[in-house]
Amino acid sequence: MHEMSLAEGILQLVSETANREAATRVKTVVLEIGKLSSVEPEALKFCFDVVTHGSIAQGAALEIVAVPGEGWCMPCGETVAMEELYGACPKCGSHQVQTTGGSEMRVKEIEIE
Amino acid sequence: MCTVCGCGAGETRIEGDAHEHTHVHADGTVHSHNHQHSHDHAHPHDAVPVAAHTHAHRHADGSEHTHDHVHSGEHQHDHAGAHHHHEHLVSGDLDYGTGPARAHAPGMSQSRMVQIEQDILSKNNAYASANRAWFDERGIFALNLVSSPGSGKTSLLVKTIELLKAEVAISVVEGDQQTSNDAERIRATGVAALQINTGKGCHLDGHMVGHAIQRMKPADESLFLIENVGNLVCPAAFDLGEHHKVAILSVTEGEDKPLKYPDMFAAADVMLLNKCDLLPYLEFDADLAEANARRVNPHLTIFRVSASSGDGLSAWVSWIKSGLEAQRAKRVETVDSLKARVAELERQLEQTQAGK
Repeated sequence: MHEMSLAEGILQLVSETANREAATRVKTVVLEIGKLSSVEPEALKFCFDVVTHGSIAQGAALEIVAVPGEGWCMPCGETVAMEELYGACPKCGSHQVQTTGGSEMRVKEIEIE
Repeated sequence: MCTVCGCGAGETRIEGDAHEHTHVHADGTVHSHNHQHSHDHAHPHDAVPVAAHTHAHRHADGSEHTHDHVHSGEHQHDHAGAHHHHEHLVSGDLDYGTGPARAHAPGMSQSRMVQIEQDILSKNNAYASANRAWFDERGIFALNLVSSPGSGKTSLLVKTIELLKAEVAISVVEGDQQTSNDAERIRATGVAALQINTGKGCHLDGHMVGHAIQRMKPADESLFLIENVGNLVCPAAFDLGEHHKVAILSVTEGEDKPLKYPDMFAAADVMLLNKCDLLPYLEFDADLAEANARRVNPHLTIFRVSASSGDGLSAWVSWIKSGLEAQRAKRVETVDSLKARVAELERQLEQTQAGK
């Protein structure tokens, strides 16, 4: 999707927290990225290195925790694994599936010193 | 900055705004200024060498926290400035016991984990929630109209306003990169309109709409319409505090647009299929377009309309009226919260009188 701009958003949250905590350096940034959020982890890692250059988070390791896609299929009446956003249910092929997990893009925690 | 497409922020102009957003930083981030520090305590700065006291902060997102902090004698506290950072005993102090080894060795660096657990869009969402609460308190019904450029949003708005303006007060916010052409078209109908130019930005956000609300002061139990920037991608991610997003698709576009840009149609509660008077001249399959939209969002309410011929607009207008009714009914339900507001105002009045 738009990894460069996402990386900018992450840097903003990380810098705010690091400043508030009077940190001198950010060592690790842990993200939770859902499988259905259309984020390409490799591209995000590359962009993160670029945007953090010269910031408090320069050189920080980026850890990405992948959250599996999950949806509630109404015809099946159960939670099913989802590979694609707004995709069909892998069991019955219906599109009446409400995404319940895997669309998150969150900054989970940071390691600072 | 937009976390969706990477467009810049920083050139936002709200019509009539004399001081054009001085709180936009050089790096393009828009700063939150509703940051209030309530200092309900005396500052014994001079004589007392070390004074510890409790401090209550209210943040822009509405959350409050209290913490103790220590003032040393030479500590300078500049309260005139809008921002200052405190060393927090709770989480910000130098605590050498929180490193991985739970101990400190001289010269060794200590690192610690800080939980953030924040959505990348959390700031905007806080502004949007404040806007929605403001609307709900006053029984105002707010809609956010989104579409690609050229789908006929403004023409549709003008027609809708003409059908409704005799019955309800209406305020309109117009979002465009440049020009105030759309706001002028709306003003020609006789209702209040405010243009927001987003400059490099591709969408309106909750912060801009909050400013627009302050400027326009919409009447209680009125209709508040927001015409977003023509863009089917980015505005989907930004909640403005509206009650419903209304996506407009025109029949001169492709039937598969809901599949190509699913986020917008998934975020919307209503879809207006506009320019339906042109259907006889086009190879557009309206049923297929509706089926595609429902595949992305099974709960979508769809109206087929034509802004130029007026066909189908009565159903759309009665949907708006029922929304207005629901907001008014909800307001009656929240009469208790209004009573609480009255009590608070009376208390403030008493305080003011007592202070004289």
